[in-house]
Amino acid sequence: MAIPVFLILFPLLCAPVMYLITNNRLRAYVTYGAAAVIMAATIALTVFWVRNGAVPVQLYKETALADHIILIAEILLMVLVTALCFRHKKYWISLLSIVPTLMIARQELTGTKPMTLCHIYIDHLAVLMCLIIGIVGSLIVIYAAGYMYGYHRHRKDIRDNRRYFFMLLFIFLGAMFGFVLSESLLWIDFFWEVTSVCSFLLIGYTKEPEAINNSFRALWMNLLGGVALAAGIIYFETSVNCVSLHKLIEYAQLGVLPAVIAVALVAFAALTKAAQLPFSTWLMGAMVAPTPSSALLHSATMVKAGIYILFRLAPAMGNTATGNVVVFIGGFTFFAASIMAISQSDGKKVLAFSTISNLGLMTACAGVGAHETVWAGIFLMMFHSVSKSLLFQDVGATENATGSRDIEDMHGLLYRLPMLGFYMFIGIAAMFLAPFGMLISKWSALKAAVDRSNILLVLFITYGSATTSFYWTKWMGKIISRSHETGERMDETVTGKSEKLSLTLHAGMMIALCVLMPWLSTHFVDPLLVEMFGKFANVLPGTILVMMVLIMCLVFAIPVPAYLYAKKQQTNYKLNYMSGINTGNNNAFVDSFGEEKKLWLSNYYFDRLIRPDKMMAYCQLITAAVLIVMLSFILGGVLA
Amino acid sequence: MGKVKKSPWVLHYDGSSCNGCDIEVLACMTPVYDAERFGIINTGDPLQADIFLITGGINTQNQAVVRQLYDQMPRPKVVVAVGTCACTGGIFKECYNILGGADTTLPVDIYVPGCAARPQAIIDGLVQAIELFQKRSNKHDAIERRHKEEEGKKAHGKVSGE
Amino acid sequence: MSIKAVIMVISYIILAPFAGGLMEGLDRKISARMQGRIGPPVLQPFYDVRKLMNKQVVAIGVLQLALLLCYLTLMIFTGAIFFAGSDLLMCLFVLSTASTFMYFASVVTSSPYNTIASSRELIQIMTYEPAVLLAGVGFYLVDGTFSVAGIAASDTVMLTRTPGLFASFVLILLIKMRKSPFDVSTSHHAHQELVMGVKTEMGAQNLAIFTITEWYETTILMGIVGLFVVTSNPLSYVGAALLCAAVYFFLIIADNACARVKWTQMLQVTWLFTLFASGVNLLILMLIR
Repeated sequence: MAIPVFLILFPLLCAPVMYLITNNRLRAYVTYGAAAVIMAATIALTVFWVRNGAVPVQLYKETALADHIILIAEILLMVLVTALCFRHKKYWISLLSIVPTLMIARQELTGTKPMTLCHIYIDHLAVLMCLIIGIVGSLIVIYAAGYMYGYHRHRKDIRDNRRYFFMLLFIFLGAMFGFVLSESLLWIDFFWEVTSVCSFLLIGYTKEPEAINNSFRALWMNLLGGVALAAGIIYFETSVNCVSLHKLIEYAQLGVLPAVIAVALVAFAALTKAAQLPFSTWLMGAMVAPTPSSALLHSATMVKAGIYILFRLAPAMGNTATGNVVVFIGGFTFFAASIMAISQSDGKKVLAFSTISNLGLMTACAGVGAHETVWAGIFLMMFHSVSKSLLFQDVGATENATGSRDIEDMHGLLYRLPMLGFYMFIGIAAMFLAPFGMLISKWSALKAAVDRSNILLVLFITYGSATTSFYWTKWMGKIISRSHETGERMDETVTGKSEKLSLTLHAGMMIALCVLMPWLSTHFVDPLLVEMFGKFANVLPGTILVMMVLIMCLVFAIPVPAYLYAKKQQTNYKLNYMSGINTGNNNAFVDSFGEEKKLWLSNYYFDRLIRPDKMMAYCQLITAAVLIVMLSFILGGVLA
Repeated sequence: MGKVKKSPWVLHYDGSSCNGCDIEVLACMTPVYDAERFGIINTGDPLQADIFLITGGINTQNQAVVRQLYDQMPRPKVVVAVGTCACTGGIFKECYNILGGADTTLPVDIYVPGCAARPQAIIDGLVQAIELFQKRSNKHDAIERRHKEEEGKKAHGKVSGE
Repeated sequence: MSIKAVIMVISYIILAPFAGGLMEGLDRKISARMQGRIGPPVLQPFYDVRKLMNKQVVAIGVLQLALLLCYLTLMIFTGAIFFAGSDLLMCLFVLSTASTFMYFASVVTSSPYNTIASSRELIQIMTYEPAVLLAGVGFYLVDGTFSVAGIAASDTVMLTRTPGLFASFVLILLIKMRKSPFDVSTSHHAHQELVMGVKTEMGAQNLAIFTITEWYETTILMGIVGLFVVTSNPLSYVGAALLCAAVYFFLIIADNACARVKWTQMLQVTWLFTLFASGVNLLILMLIR
């Protein structure tokens, strides 16, 4: 099987090609082609792997050459980061790159050759991640081709450096494939660093002071995670002389102390990558980047890397101190981030907070470490990837078309930009409404939390889902409200064909996922759980399935006939009630001077109750305290 | 043919008045008179109202308001003018801005005199309005039925209201 | 689905509006008596709906009626899940989806009064959601199942184990049934500062659909209240009816005795009460399990 290597190397090879092509149009076509190839390769990987019986496949036991190349690349990466840090006078950040890289290099050059099962390991979880990265990631790249054209047209102040941008996107995809396919912890560490640096460069793309600032915040937070990861790996390696991810989990389940400590450190690293509190601020800062990079960071790749590694660790975290801390951090993040999302009116910021919040739920699911919660978490991850990617792209396209991404300006979007409005509505509905998958996942997460007697998680989920539905629903309300402004159709041609294609595919995929959910559960996720835990429970009972299908039919079938009936009905249309002083257009009233006063309708943002900055600071304080306590216990474990 | 007279909902609008009648109208809702036993609800929403109860006269400023409120009410509907001012303009009649009673602007059906009109009189007027409401509803139903028969299976579009 | 479930669902679909309407009629009568008035006939709510259906059809926009119909259908479906004895938690989730459609039906008009009222409606949904879900969790903890049929067939009287959850559920019933002091988005009375709140732009047929949907909802909520005492013993159904009556009477008293509070107070009081009453109750249930 050469496909896994192809998946890693092909995007990496595409990257320099992207940089070399100076013609924008030509690059766009090459981008489409490359994205299509990646998608096809991902699907081919899945098909071949399933044909071969869908059993775990171990590849490349001996890879001395690749190991050396990776070591050299890692050192080059360190040099690059150090140089950039010095150029921007952020000297201390370079330490976070130098220390772990040198540690790893020293270990590799001087230590004995560690044992590993293999270097590439393909199982259900890896294939699932590949599908998410390959399909959602490629669609984002396709979307980016159209988006960046519109972006540079309306942001003349930013230097057009698209070839560099696309180069980074492809490196990113390659690194992500490498990350999820690797079994060797050393490889994982390398790809981890690559994604960190790539995201840092993507966030700083605009070169504005704010972007530079935020990119360095992202860098140091991710590198800090990298330090923990490297420390965990080296400690595990020196104690057991093994760098296999699966062995690590196996030993940790048996209670081997070095493995337990390594799991804690890796989990800590995963929390930084998954943007959990107190590290959430880097993901918020990532909003300054052009939309495709934030879509890529939020939906398909970067943050999912953290979740992926947590799912890998899940069997080793059940009922351990690490697991409990992860559950607390995840649950707390779920609740706190959803409250912070309420106070935002910037569409992308709401999406960012909701990402953090949803990741929190997935983190908590992984932390509980039971097969039911991992089941829920896997589905959350699938649905979240698709719908969040859809939403990001939609908001980006809306911003290009209307010049604003403020939710208040999306009033009546359904009538002004029907296609974008409709997809946005669908995307949001998928995030929390019945019958879409997120809700089913939440249902089973809640059930599993009760089964595990985790009262804290139960409370976090119940309160968190209330706040979650609040900010989503008010956004949906904005989209469908009759416009209080002009309400005329806007120019829809601003949205490029590639963007429309990507959006439509996403929406189609989401509906398909909802419909196929029961099938996916039995044919994919259950085997995945068997691989992970050696057992699975029928998480989705038959009654729920029947009900889901029924609700699905209802929700899709009712609005259409209801609309047709309403339209057919002999109705007398009246003016809005405005105490009798409606001027006749429903968008203005007569003021006390007898003149026309325009209406401006706005949502509640609780800005006097919730101050996101302050709240973020408090939440960071609480979670940081918890993490520090956890780390001290770990340190105590090492010293003891 | 539906019986609608058991549920007459009232929209109360105060034009140019001394507020004496308004207090009497509200007194109708109190335990002593209890207009709710007829099913009367004093609603504030024209879209849900059946009887438009006006106190006070019409002036140049509130004329458009009264007209819009009346237009917003779904058919069938009844207009009741309560108090001398609403009937004729009352003692404000000769003021520079007063146009006169409610009938300068709306087709008033029931006139309830008095300055201020007593609750007994108001309830009496309302009871008469309720009968008229039922009669109009019957007529409305008949028109609707005929309309439907005429239209047959043709799709109904928007129909202009008043 | 068993025959019994089918019968239950059909009788729910047919009878629930009557039960809900009757309860509202009694509510109005009792309220009037408390205020020293004679009050309207008990069947007044039915007269109202009949009249509303007989009036000219008015609306602000096409989507309004469509969304209200969705609201009605989802509410009927929620009740069907419940009375078929199916999954309680799913039922509660669908209930909140139905409420979301109610919000859409209101906000779609872009009318100033409706916009404010529907924002408050959303706050209400957020306020009661935790207590509702926690009640479902409590049932699961005691009886080990989310199935309504399973809970109803168990031998434990839920109320003895879940007084805290029951108390917070009754508290949020004030919000759900739009009773003072928590009737911030709309009220059954005319004394609403936002005209008619979320109902402002609903006239004639639309209002009738809204009212009927609320009757369905009342029945479901009372069903959940009843579930707190129903056991495999047939006599317990009498107890459930009595409990429903008592709870409903409490709601009427609260409605008549309280003034409306601001939404911030509603949120704080309800959330904190839910956190302590339900949280402590759940904790104990988890410990003794």
